[in-house]
Amino acid sequence: MAIETLVLGAGQEVGKSCVVVSINGKRIMFDCGMHMGHLDHRRYPDFSLISKSGDFDNSLSCIIITHFHLDHIGALPYFTEVCGYNGPIYMTYPTKALGPLMLEDYRKVMDRRGEEEQFSSENILQCMRKVTAVDLKQTVQVDKDLQIRAYYAGHVIGAAMFYAKVGDTAMVYTGDYNMTPDRHLGAAQIDKLRLDLLITESTYATTVRDSRYAREKEFLKAVHKCIANGGKVLIPTFALGRAQELCILLDDYWERMDLKVPIYFSAGLTIQANMYYKMLINWTSQKVKDTYATRNAFDFKNVSNFDRSLINAPGPCVLFATPGMISGGFSLEVFKQWAPYEENLVTLPGYLRCYIAYCLRQWYCVAGTIGHRLMSGKPTKIDLDENTVIDVRCQIHQLSFSPHTDAKGIMDLVKFLSPKHVILVHGEKPKMALLKGRIESELGIQCYYPPNHDTVSIPLTHYVKADASNAFVQSCSTPNFKFLKISGMDAELGDERVSEGVLIMEKSGKAKVVHQDELLEMVGGIKHEVQFGYCCPVKNSNIERTSDSELSSRNFGLHKLFAKLSTELTQDSIQDCGEHLQLGSLCVSVCLRDNCGYRTADDSVGDKIATTNFCCTWSAADENLAWKVIAIMKTLDLNYV
Amino acid sequence: MKLTCLSKGGGYHCPPCHIVNLGGLQFLLDCPLDLSALVIFSPIPIDSNAVLDEDSDSENGQKRQTMEKALDASNLIRSEPCYKTVTNLHLWDVSFIDVVLISTPMGMLGLPFLTRAKGFSAKIYATEAAARLGQLMMEDLISMNMDFRQFYGPEESSFPQWMKWEELEVLPSALKEIAMGKDGSEIASWMPLYSAADMKDCMQKVQTLKYAEETCYNGAFILKAFSSGVEIGTCNWTINGPKSSIACLSSSIFVTSHAMNFDYRALQGYDQILYSDFSLDANEDTEDCVMTAANNLSAISDNSDTNHMITELLLNTDDSLEEMEKLAFISSCIVDSVKEGGSVLIPIGRLGIVLQLLECLSSALESLNLKVPIFVISSVAEELLAFSNVIPEWLCKQRQEKLYSGEPLFGHVDLIKGKKLHLFPALHSETLLKIWQEPCIVFCSHWSLRLGPCVHLLRRWCGDQNSLLVMEKGIDADLALLPFKPMAMKILQCSFLSGMKLEKVQPLLTMLHPKVVLFPENLRQHFGGSSSSSISFIQYTENVTLRIPKLNLGPELDIATDFASQLRWTKLTDESINIARLKGELSVEHGKHRLLPGNEQVVSSQSGLLMHWGSVNLQSLVTSLQKMGINAPVEEERNGAETEYILHIIEPNRALININASRTIISTGDEKLASLIFEAISNSLDGI
Repeated sequence: MAIETLVLGAGQEVGKSCVVVSINGKRIMFDCGMHMGHLDHRRYPDFSLISKSGDFDNSLSCIIITHFHLDHIGALPYFTEVCGYNGPIYMTYPTKALGPLMLEDYRKVMDRRGEEEQFSSENILQCMRKVTAVDLKQTVQVDKDLQIRAYYAGHVIGAAMFYAKVGDTAMVYTGDYNMTPDRHLGAAQIDKLRLDLLITESTYATTVRDSRYAREKEFLKAVHKCIANGGKVLIPTFALGRAQELCILLDDYWERMDLKVPIYFSAGLTIQANMYYKMLINWTSQKVKDTYATRNAFDFKNVSNFDRSLINAPGPCVLFATPGMISGGFSLEVFKQWAPYEENLVTLPGYLRCYIAYCLRQWYCVAGTIGHRLMSGKPTKIDLDENTVIDVRCQIHQLSFSPHTDAKGIMDLVKFLSPKHVILVHGEKPKMALLKGRIESELGIQCYYPPNHDTVSIPLTHYVKADASNAFVQSCSTPNFKFLKISGMDAELGDERVSEGVLIMEKSGKAKVVHQDELLEMVGGIKHEVQFGYCCPVKNSNIERTSDSELSSRNFGLHKLFAKLSTELTQDSIQDCGEHLQLGSLCVSVCLRDNCGYRTADDSVGDKIATTNFCCTWSAADENLAWKVIAIMKTLDLNYV
Repeated sequence: MKLTCLSKGGGYHCPPCHIVNLGGLQFLLDCPLDLSALVIFSPIPIDSNAVLDEDSDSENGQKRQTMEKALDASNLIRSEPCYKTVTNLHLWDVSFIDVVLISTPMGMLGLPFLTRAKGFSAKIYATEAAARLGQLMMEDLISMNMDFRQFYGPEESSFPQWMKWEELEVLPSALKEIAMGKDGSEIASWMPLYSAADMKDCMQKVQTLKYAEETCYNGAFILKAFSSGVEIGTCNWTINGPKSSIACLSSSIFVTSHAMNFDYRALQGYDQILYSDFSLDANEDTEDCVMTAANNLSAISDNSDTNHMITELLLNTDDSLEEMEKLAFISSCIVDSVKEGGSVLIPIGRLGIVLQLLECLSSALESLNLKVPIFVISSVAEELLAFSNVIPEWLCKQRQEKLYSGEPLFGHVDLIKGKKLHLFPALHSETLLKIWQEPCIVFCSHWSLRLGPCVHLLRRWCGDQNSLLVMEKGIDADLALLPFKPMAMKILQCSFLSGMKLEKVQPLLTMLHPKVVLFPENLRQHFGGSSSSSISFIQYTENVTLRIPKLNLGPELDIATDFASQLRWTKLTDESINIARLKGELSVEHGKHRLLPGNEQVVSSQSGLLMHWGSVNLQSLVTSLQKMGINAPVEEERNGAETEYILHIIEPNRALININASRTIISTGDEKLASLIFEAISNSLDGI
């Protein structure tokens, strides 16, 4: 048995995240993303690898979507409505609420571009109807054997890592996550789980980022400087996520600095999005949560709606406009008006830079977004089309707020969860290779980073079930303190709580674990003790001993033996019980009988008077030890001890 | 398992309280207060002269004379009120409670008394929403009680004056019964209210969970809360231990229109169900229901598609429609009142009802184009309403749909925005006075009509025949309204659904199919009617400890297969049984017993104890010794009843074997020979 991981997307790349994991006959699809860099069939994961016949309902147990970004949810309406998957789909409440907005937005952009429609608005609605929303930490029983659970991931609102368990096998798929809190989201949080597999993103596989505060300060400084000089600030952004983060940052700053310069939101989408954020306050950071009753953090005080007529109104302002890439729409319109003036400022999203760069190469290069050209340096002139040339004189500020974990965060998470195996997805190949090396060498955990369409197979630990008797469990749970080592006054105490029991397997195949003491009753036998005995003669050349009283001499010999054995056998603890020495089951006492049953006549060593006999008995468990003691005794002369 | 029902409670506002002993651990289910008992106290007097000492002295004499006469307002106790806790809980040593499970916000109102008690160390679990609502309710209680404390001044001793025997003696019998119970024992359950610090301290000890979130107590017990549908955040707890599992079924509503529906499917697969929905108690037309339930069930059991039919029966929306009709009726009564110029006072304590009534009422007013201001006056009004709009995860499907379409979850958000609804922390606020106009509609606490802003408003409007008081059923209206008599005000008393309907109980239990159902004695006639089912029904009685026989023998143990494959198996002479010695570490984690390969460094060098049983077959022993080249003549020695066999061995070395029925002794000085003999003997015995 094994866990099989089929990577359909985001293998050694960023985009169209989609991984299909098979555990014990259950098959789960994690994320169903779309690649923004392709316009052909490559934009979707190759679903035919799941089922040739296209019978997806029977080949998948469920789909789990980690968050609402298009590279994680983009292909879902296509898969359910066009490919015909009708099985269960799980995502968190915010993802279910905001996912359709993202999909609809994308659909509209495609529409505007005049591209072939991949799915309709109706498709999106139909698709979302099949979705079961889950809360964080809620344990969802998908079917009798499959259990899933969401943990906070902190990447965007509602982003979750998902835990899945089938029988005794468990795994976590992280999606995108952030290990450091930002203004509106908390840090990723997960329980210590016993995992066979962890599939983690690795966007920043090798980067270690500086503090958020420095980046925030830089941004605020640039904005403040601009408006102080009477300039206008254009912040092109996607409607969800960064817009709210930056808005909280600015709103807070405005409050503190008592600024009166207006902040505007361009499209209805962001305003509408804020409505959602207000209801989803429980999915934000602790600080935002704590204050919702008196003031919901998404009730921005200084923010108002932007009207087209305000574009050329005099005086400074800050404007959030969609889309984030200045590839068209309102943000382009405003950019055309504001770019030619030196006092104005345009910020550019810097997060997910590698992903954007990739997409740009594939797609935007052709379309030629201004964002791309601005990012690649500071051009003074941009030819928008044959008739329009924009003279760019404004300042450019690159934003570097990224809700992804950095390399340290990934390592921390892997170390914390200590899974048996790690698979890296959602990253760049060379960086993933480096991270794999670190995980294997520093943490000693086997790590893979398969390319798309590869399958990784991981062996599993299986368990057999047996009924345990109460006596067995009780004996295991009682501490068993033992002196491991005694040397002089120092003693080392250890809890040797080793579970010893007997497994009984009947013909019927029923297994039962019992305590040793219960065994005879179970099998119906009468105990039969098997013991060893040997009466060992030891030389004692001290003739004068006869003058001592018998008792004291007897113990004298025993004590001498004890002293000798204690020095020879430092590992074991010998007890001097006066009349006899005890070492495990081995019992040594002075034998005064002339004809001891344990004595074999041959062994008498010379002079009878100069010999002391020690009677030894032991059971099979201490066999080795007993022979060791006897070997010592045989070569011993009590007088020379 | 042992169960002690400490109190069967009193409806929605006072849930039942139980102690369940499972696997040696004590689980306390809920810790409520009986706030309906507050009626024995007088509301805050209007002017301070009313409680002058001489006044009360003269009243004392008067009281004695009027004892057998009808009750009047002067009979009520004039003192800072005390709060009635669960009497029987005081008989338990709180330090022996291991876990407290809270199933409703009302079930935690008495919790600060417990957490501040010496020796209390239990872990408290509650759902996130219940804990939040519970905290707000406690804050409100404390703030309302503060009015009394300011009025009467601090209590001189911790023992309130009114509790003195002479004072209790002269109480009219109706009040006396509430104060002392039938046998007088309940007097011990009264406590002056906890402080804000006690409450804060208590909340810090509460661990909050989501619905269906797994939490593990002590490695062995898995606890989960599933929605019960009565109110936002209310739940049914399940406890899964290594030896048995139990689902605690509190008051539950299948289909609601505010809180998340009763998640009854999640309660499937538990050995035992503790049925503690006491709402049936209050049901008047039980007889009819029994009949229909029985009929329905027999019809079902004939059908092959039983489960489907049960589901349909459980989830029919008649109840929730009935509730909606009630709200519509109340709204129409309110509208009628305000049309005639009367104000309406709604001291209803159920959040869900208030939220829905606000929606229902506003649309009723809107349709008639009536502009009557609605006020919600409570120290926690603002927080309560804001909270209700940020918890889509705890609400029913229809409300969640509102989230998906980007609308507020409840109607009050738009009402506040439209300035139709005003929230105020207290009556005496300047802004309130500025916008105050009558007629108006006021939602305020407290439903006992003894605390909070409702007392003042009731005094103001009780003489106005156009005004309307909307109150819940379940409290003794006569007693509650005593201080406000004579009443000209109209009164609308309404009861709301607060638990399962009887006709749904049997189908539900049939579907859940536990092994044992524990049910309250007073519902005896409704349970276990169908003797054909394999479920055993056991009844419990208040304050009597019930022992439930063990269902399972021992816990199940998981052994890793790679570990199991290393086992050395021994086949017994019996041939049908294989045995193997196990050695490892037992881990108890998340309710699972697992045997893991032990840490070899810790394991001592000694091999496991060897054990033999059976009797030595002399003949086969001699032959197997011979095969090893050892000659062993057998000598028999009788010693009384016991026979001992002695085998003398000379070659290859001297050795002696003594064998009797229960013991074999091998004596030799030759190590090699000893082990050969041992092997031969082991072969002729069973051993491990």
